[in-house]
This record gives sequence, C-alpha cells and structure tokens, in this order.
Amino acid sequence: MELQAVLMAAGGGSRMTDLTYNTPKAMLPVGNKPLMWYPLNLLEKVGFEEVIVITTKEVQKAMSTDLKIKDVKMKLDVVSIQEDGDMGTADALRHIQPKIKTDILVLSCDLITDVALHEVVDLFRAHNATMAMLMSKAHEFTETVPGQKGKKKTAEQRDFVGVDKSGKRLLFMANEADLEDGLSIRKSIMRKHPRMLIKTGLVDAHLYCLKKAVVDFLTENKSISSIRGELVPYLVRKQFSKTVNSQKLKDDTDDQTQEKNDGPLLISSRDEPLLQLAQERSCWNDHRGDMSEAYHGGKLRCYVHIMDQGLCCRVNTLAAYIEVNRLAPKLFEEPSVHPSADISERCQMGSDSIIGAVCHIADKTSIKRSTIGNFTTVKEKVKVTNSIIMHGVTIEEGCNIQGSVICSNAVIGRGADLKYCLVGNGQHIEPEGKSKTNILSNGQ
Amino acid sequence: MLSLIVSEGKDLTKEEKQRLRKEKKQQKKIKEKKDDKASQENEKEKKPVTSAAPASQPPTQPTPTKTKAELKAERRARQEAERASKQTKKGETGQQAATSKPKAPPSDLQPVVKRLPEHIQVDNPDVLKKLAKKLERQQIPLRSDYGYKVSLFSHLHQYSRKAPLTQQLSIPSTVIHPAIVRLGLQYSHGIVAGSNARSVALLHAFKQVIRDYTTPQNEELSRDLVNKLKPYISFLNQCRPLSASMGNAIKYIKKEISNIPSNCKEDEAKNKLLNCIESYINEKIILAGVAIAKCAIEKQKISDGDVILVYGCSSLVNHILCKAFEKNRKFRVIVVDSRPRLEGKEALRRLVQKGISCTYVLISAVSYILPEVSKVFLGAHALLANGYVMSRVGTSQIALVAKAFNVPVLVCCETYKFCDRVQTDSFVSNELDDPDDLIVTRKGTTPLEGWENESSLGLLNLVYDVTPPDFVDLVITELGMIPCTSVPVVLRVKNVDQ
Repeated sequence: MELQAVLMAAGGGSRMTDLTYNTPKAMLPVGNKPLMWYPLNLLEKVGFEEVIVITTKEVQKAMSTDLKIKDVKMKLDVVSIQEDGDMGTADALRHIQPKIKTDILVLSCDLITDVALHEVVDLFRAHNATMAMLMSKAHEFTETVPGQKGKKKTAEQRDFVGVDKSGKRLLFMANEADLEDGLSIRKSIMRKHPRMLIKTGLVDAHLYCLKKAVVDFLTENKSISSIRGELVPYLVRKQFSKTVNSQKLKDDTDDQTQEKNDGPLLISSRDEPLLQLAQERSCWNDHRGDMSEAYHGGKLRCYVHIMDQGLCCRVNTLAAYIEVNRLAPKLFEEPSVHPSADISERCQMGSDSIIGAVCHIADKTSIKRSTIGNFTTVKEKVKVTNSIIMHGVTIEEGCNIQGSVICSNAVIGRGADLKYCLVGNGQHIEPEGKSKTNILSNGQ
Repeated sequence: MLSLIVSEGKDLTKEEKQRLRKEKKQQKKIKEKKDDKASQENEKEKKPVTSAAPASQPPTQPTPTKTKAELKAERRARQEAERASKQTKKGETGQQAATSKPKAPPSDLQPVVKRLPEHIQVDNPDVLKKLAKKLERQQIPLRSDYGYKVSLFSHLHQYSRKAPLTQQLSIPSTVIHPAIVRLGLQYSHGIVAGSNARSVALLHAFKQVIRDYTTPQNEELSRDLVNKLKPYISFLNQCRPLSASMGNAIKYIKKEISNIPSNCKEDEAKNKLLNCIESYINEKIILAGVAIAKCAIEKQKISDGDVILVYGCSSLVNHILCKAFEKNRKFRVIVVDSRPRLEGKEALRRLVQKGISCTYVLISAVSYILPEVSKVFLGAHALLANGYVMSRVGTSQIALVAKAFNVPVLVCCETYKFCDRVQTDSFVSNELDDPDDLIVTRKGTTPLEGWENESSLGLLNLVYDVTPPDFVDLVITELGMIPCTSVPVVLRVKNVDQ
C-alpha cells in the first residue's frame, strides 16, 4: 500500500465559537453537507479506499446518524480521543502510530478544495521527499461577516514561506509570531539556494504527505504536539541542518541530542546503495551553478505545491464559513433543490440558492443567494437574502433576514428583521425583533 | 520418395529436395487456402482451383530422372493452372491464390516478416486501438499525445510533461506497485536519465516488487510473477519509452523468473531472484565499467598530453576520465553541450569537481574547437546489430565532423546495451521529447510562447540519433576493443551462451 489517509476531525473551531459551541466543527453544514464530508469526498474521488478518522466521541455519534457520511463508500476507521484533553495534531498521530504502516496523507476536516491531489503526491513520490504540502493563494473575503462592525483588520499573523526559484522546494517557513527582530535566514541556505522567493499571502491548506519515518520520529520526540505549528517548521529547518548533511557530531550539546533523535528521520530504505548508484549515474541535477550533486546531497527534502487557481479554503473562521457556503456548492453538479423539499409555486427562488431536504417553503417568500438547511420551515412573506439557514429552523411570517447565519433549531419570531446577525443554536428571536450586526447566542 | 533421394546422384537429389520443399509448401498453402475458402461464399469456384493444384502436382510426383526441360514444363503447367484459376475467380481470393503460388517456388527461404513494434506506428489508428485495448485490459491509463507533430515523425509518440500519467491513476496506487509509480514519475520528469541510471533504477524497483510479492493460491511463481510484471512494464513504457538496456534487463529477469523450478519454496525463489538482480547489476554495469576504464587507460587510449572531446553526460565516459585522472594521466577535456537538455553542464561539474581542466562549448562550435582535439570519446545508448551507434542527438554530427578532421572517435559501451535491432536512419525509431522544452525566455520575452496556435509551426525535440559505423573507429567494451562491425558477432555469441 502506498499511502494511508488520516483525517483530523477533532478540532474545536476555537476561532468561531459562536458556531461551534453546540455543533462540533466537523459537522457544521456547508451547502447542506457536513463539513467533514468535503475532505472525505476528495479522498474518495481520488481513489482512497480507507481513511483513519481521528475525532471526538460527540462527532463519532453525529457521524453515525448523518446520511451524507453514510453515503461515503470508503471504509472509515474512526479513532476517538478525549475531548477535553489538550491533544494537538501531532499528539493524535502519535496516538495512532501502531496503525500506521506506510507513508501518510494528513488532512484537516475543515479543508474544502478541488485541488488535483496528484500534484502534491507526485512531488512527494518523484523527489522521494520527507514532506509535501499544499498551499494556496489567499483570497480576500468579500462578504460582510455578521457581528463585525466595520472592516476587520487582519489580526491573524502572517506566515512567511520561502520557496526556491522553481516554486516547489520549501526552504523557509516561519510565523510572524516567532520572529521577534526580523527574518533571519541562514547563510547555508543562501549559499545553496541563492534565489529564494518569500511569500506572505499564502494559506496553508493543512494537507501533508509525510513519510512513515516522520511518524516514528514523533513517537520518540514527545515534545512536538502540533503538525502545523511545530513539526513542519522543524522539518523545513532540518533540511539544511549540518548534522543531517555531514553526519558528524557537532560540539553543541543541542545538536548532539537532536542527532540522537534524528535517527528515525534519516532511515534509509533497503537497497540504499542501488538508489545511490542510480542517482550517481543519472545526469540530472535540480540546480545548476555550483559543485554539489542533486539536492545538495541532502536526504531530507520538503516540497510544497502552491495552487493559484481553484478553490482551497479552510473553514476556521466565520468569514471563511460564509465564503465557503457560497462557493462550495459550485464544486458539484447537484440540483440546488432537494427533491423532498416542498416549495410552493409562488416562491421566488434565485438560482444560486440551495434548499435542503424536507423543507417547507410557503408562498410569497423570496430566497436569494442563500442556503436553507434540512427540515426547515419558512412561512409566508419571508425575505431571505445572502444568508445561511441551518437545519431545523423555523422562520415565522414576514421576517426579513439579510446577510445572517441562523444556527440549527432556532426560531425566528414573526416579523423579525435581522441584518448581518448570527443567531445561535436553539435561540428564539422575539416577534418584531430588530437586530443589526449582532451575535445572538448563548456562547457569548 | 526417400528412397529416391538415396539412390540418385547429387544434382538430382538437390533438385529432388527443391521439388519436395516446393511441394510441401504448396500443400501447406492449399490447406490454408482451403480453410479460408471454406469460410467464404464462392465455394463452388474453389473446387476447380483446388483440383487444379493437386492436378499440377501429380505430374511433379517424381519419376526418378527429371531433366531441366521437364521441370520447365511442369512450371509452365502450374502457371497455366493458376491463370485458369484467376479467370474462374474474379474475387480477391483468386489473386491471393495466384500471387502466393508463384512466389512460393522461386524463394526457398520464406522472408521472415517481423511485426512492427507499436511505438513506431502511432499514425496507424488500428495499432492505437489495439494498444488502447491492451492497456485497458491491464488497467493502465492511456497517455494521450500532445501538440502538433512534425510530419516526418508523426509515427512516434509525443507526450507533455505537464500531463503526467499519474493524473489518471488512483492515488494510493493499487494496480501498480508504488515503487513502479515512483519510477515512472522519475522517468517522465527526467530525474532518472541516462541509460545506466534507468536500468539500475528499474532493477531496484523490480527488487522491491519481488520483495512485496506473494504467490496467490493455485499459481506458480514462475508464471504469475512474469504476468504481474507485464502491466508494470506497459506503465513504464507509457511514462517514457523503454531504452534498449532496460529491454535487455527485462528479458534477463523474465528468463530468470521462468527458470525457477516449480518445487522451489517462495522465500527461496525470491532470494534467488534478488541475488540474480544484484549480480546482473554488479557484472554488467559496475564491473563492466571498471573493466572498460582499465582497458581504455592501460591500452594507452588516454595518454599524457591528450585533448579529449566528450559530448553530453555519459556516466561511463565520465567514469573513464575520472579513473584516468586518478592514475595521473595528464590530459584536458573539452565538453560539448547542446540545447535543450544541456546535460554537458552536469558532466562539466563532475569532471571539474575531480580536478580535471575542462573547456565548455556548445555544439555549434564543434568545428572551431576540433583542430585542438586529439580524441573523441562518445557514450552510447545502444549499439545496433548492423554496427550503428544509437546515442543522444548530436552524436552523429560530432562523429561526422571528427571524421572530417581525421580525429579518432571511440565509443564506450557495455555489452548489455547491445540490441539486435537494425536501423540505418534516425527517423524510423526514435523518441520525441516534450516540445515545450524548446521554449526559452530571454530578457523577458518568450518568442515561441503560443506555438500551438500557429498552424504551420511544429516543434521537434528529438532525443536520439544513429551514427554509422564508418565514423566510429573503435568500440570499447568489457570484452575488449572491437570494431563497430563486430557487434553482431558479440550478439551471436551472447545468444549462444544463453
């Protein structure tokens, strides 16, 4: 077997607590499908037959009842971990290490993309890389986010990603938070790769191909707890570490301890001399202009595939959630109206709206650019524009809902007027209630 | 009949033998025609033909003595019978009968019609259909050709690097072993390039395949493993056409696998195969390289004060030069390079790293630099059975110019690269590389940018060419220094050994 897929679905959605305090992030509906269905669909389309899903018990329960997830033909091996435990993604990998028999493809449940996966995996295969990851050019979110007054300043800290001139080899990765005085780049990197492009506008898709040796390395290094935060920068730095290349002991105690821990990382395959021979006899080099051999003799290589076209979005903020609801349905050729929905004829429905199963839409309603979830009832004379209505919601007559997110099982009273609001789970909005850019939920 | 042969003199027995052979052939043909005709409509007309044929034969049934005149008479009778059959049958079958019969008597030796390999018949839609069917059966995706092909080479495949075969494969590849997928990718990206490197990488991948192989129930390892390897070889062929050295390596492995006795246990058999592969690489590649280097150096092919010209990056030639430098020969090297691959830069790096003083020119400057050169060392991709050398495109040009300047040309080649193909020109069988490699951006402009939209423009990126043996003075192999024309002898000896 070549690759094992691992789906990380235990995330809490800490940056959108208003949405996730009742529904786990993995089961948030996007285009009337649970969020984790999208990465599962990506894997299924490409040809995976088995996926290891790491999630919480809550999500596991929700998964077993969800129809869409039952539709997935792959075999899902669900591993549940403690909810409250502070398990990072790398800790989770360590937890399932006995199941890992070969190289892995790690995905996050909040990734929605239409990338051609073979681009990432080909880099991993062709160059015998230790890690290959996916990144995408970030797009500005254009929709107004409920609860935000005025334009939001990017409070997120930037990632600095350095690639070589072919745009494929990953040379440098650091987050703004870790750089105090400024960006410092080692001379050894500059000597080997004199041209480096540093990009800041990239979104990490949280899709990694990792060698099995990395998982074994994690079991020995219990200090690493997050893949994105710690493991990836570590691997990128290790590419140019002297201990990796020269295989001599350094005087620094730091490096000595690291070298002991590096053992599994540098595991060579059997028949290594044959591979060496093939590489020596081959007249290929990845760079020109200096005296060193292909890859500068480095055994550890990290590659990145940067998507410039297509959809690649991580749903970890409210703005992203809204954006993705707009874009995700376009990925699939599915009818926008579920066949079991009961829509009256005098309803004005835009073509880019989605109606879920067993919905009741009454007369004289207007639904434009919105997503309506399953089991939702919309009474007469309601105007829904640019909004996301989740499952089981009841909207009484005469409401006007614009640019809002209404979570599951909420009830909107008669004549309510909501503009750019977020209504939490199970909330009741009083009749004739007016609200503008407000977050109305228990989670606050 | 046999008694006749015994009793007659030499001439007659020869004639008898000839006649016997002809009769046998005719009888065979009649049988075949009978089968054909049985399925066709005009059966009634056949009877006179078939009766005519045997009718012509009884007169040839020998009475012991036959003079030349009588033989002529028989031939005339036969021809008349055929003419009669032509008139009775107006259809195509009549033509077949007529044309094939007169052909049979004159030629004693049937021309051996070899089937043309499919990779040089790309413009024939039937062949393509057959290939598509075969690949479908083996569950391997078909790689489609890219771009406009120059008309002289439209019978060859032309693939684009931007459309790898893995696009159509499932990602955890189950049909094809992951080591083979990796190898195919490395071939199509050019990461593993060069005849020796490709063979070694192929054998390495086969080792992994054999390690991971388990014999299914009711199957024998010797037959099943060969069948397992066939789709892998098709896959690799789709990624990049197989080289002659790879072909020979595959033949060797298949032979070794089918020679495994059926009572051999699986682990033993696998170990045996792995050892075979190791020893093949050791003998044919590593030790052969060492032997060739030794031969070249000791027989004074590289002497002090020499100026040696090399072309492109040949692992064997680089090895020889490095060894000669280690043995303290004083020489300098001129590396000739050509676009679009610019492999000479890699050769230059390896030689300069060792400390050899080198000069670097492009192939357009070959006639300028040749007066300085004392010897030309060329590597080969394959040596063909008629003595032609198949190598990187540009080699034949260098050999030609060197001949014009009276500079000796030495080709270094291991014997496992000898193949029994015959080719006299570079058109019949070649490889077309990605035409987009020819596009280059200089000072911000890319002149060939939209070449696909120009209907009258075709980009040709050839990989190989053949050099006639007149331009090659010596071939250095591990068997010694042989002239180019001795290649068929070596092949014959190898076949006898096997």
